[in-house]
Amino acid sequence: MSADATLAAYATRLGDNALILGQRMIELVAASPELEEELANANFSLDYIGQARMYYTYAGEREGAGRDEDDFAFLRPEHDYRNLLLVEQPNGHFGDSTVRQFLFESWYVLVLDALTRCSDEGISVIAARAIKEVRYHLRHSGQWLVRLGDGTEESHARVQASLDDLWRFTGEMFAPDDVDDDIRAAFNGPHLEVIEAQWRENVAAVLAKATLTMPEDQWMAAGGKQGQHSEHFGFLLAEMQHLQRAYPGASW
Amino acid sequence: MVATQYKPEQILEWLSQVPDPEIPVLTITDLGIVRDVDCSDGVTVSLTPTYSGCPATEAIEASVAATLQEHGVDDVRIKRVLSPPWTTDWISTAGREKLKVYGIAPPERRDRPIACPRCDSGNTELVSEFGSTACKAAYRCADCLEPFEYFKCL
Repeated sequence: MSADATLAAYATRLGDNALILGQRMIELVAASPELEEELANANFSLDYIGQARMYYTYAGEREGAGRDEDDFAFLRPEHDYRNLLLVEQPNGHFGDSTVRQFLFESWYVLVLDALTRCSDEGISVIAARAIKEVRYHLRHSGQWLVRLGDGTEESHARVQASLDDLWRFTGEMFAPDDVDDDIRAAFNGPHLEVIEAQWRENVAAVLAKATLTMPEDQWMAAGGKQGQHSEHFGFLLAEMQHLQRAYPGASW
Repeated sequence: MVATQYKPEQILEWLSQVPDPEIPVLTITDLGIVRDVDCSDGVTVSLTPTYSGCPATEAIEASVAATLQEHGVDDVRIKRVLSPPWTTDWISTAGREKLKVYGIAPPERRDRPIACPRCDSGNTELVSEFGSTACKAAYRCADCLEPFEYFKCL
């Protein structure tokens, strides 16, 4: 793979994680358990969609085929998305969304930290911008996890079930493929094994505070980074892309 | 025709009249988002976004171009600069004072109490980490009992 192709592929992947998680959080608007969460989700979602725009614009520049941020976000079919399976999982109940956010953000903040030292400036400047926001998101999801885990018997049982259910989507975050290897070798990108060890340590500390049990090692789902998505993804895209598909080029 | 040569100080003076669309009491120079003005070939203004998803970014870029065009500058280019990232430390001293007078507590270091912008009491409590815009949180003063907004430290 050429250097430009590697950078375009990696930036697209980061953009896809941010956009799809941002879309999931937008779905929570007008469905949050309380007003503060309503505002939090809307604000966080805006951060993620803003990050996606930067990643896509950069991917388009590197690719050099004239695609802009909207082409990436709205005009690709399902198999062209390279986001992690975790971020596309449905919101479920509030415990499910909280666990999804927490597991992803615990990983993303470490990846961004590594990317601020990436030798490609296009990626490192976006990472330096994004990490400030994601630290804040992680603080929020971590606080909720503690509140739910160390809350009532009911909230504890339900959030433990969410954790057990979503754990199988975490393996993919640490399994490097060709793009991960290239970005690491050529651009001093994240070392996923090191990140996995830090992630386990950080996650374990919050779970202990939340009186939750870390799930045992188990079979891990994978495929998001190769474009093989879960059954929920098509529905998400259908809603997100509807306007641009029905009225190509529509703007306001 | 010879293109007019502008001085960066003159351009900055005009830019210091452009309000932030979400907190109109602040101008974009108070906010510290004007990174650079280059007058060597037309006028290029470098701006930095505050939050990645700040919906005001495009509005600010449009009003910078419009303001300079009103002053007769035809060749305006806007450059978006991401690095180094903007932080609340970039807000000017005048900007902090204006925020306070407007009723928004200016950003404070994490170990310092948030002072009520009305009575200056440090006896305040967080109501919600999230406010009307991404950059603000909701607080209440436990002494004068006024609710107020706090410009979060980033």
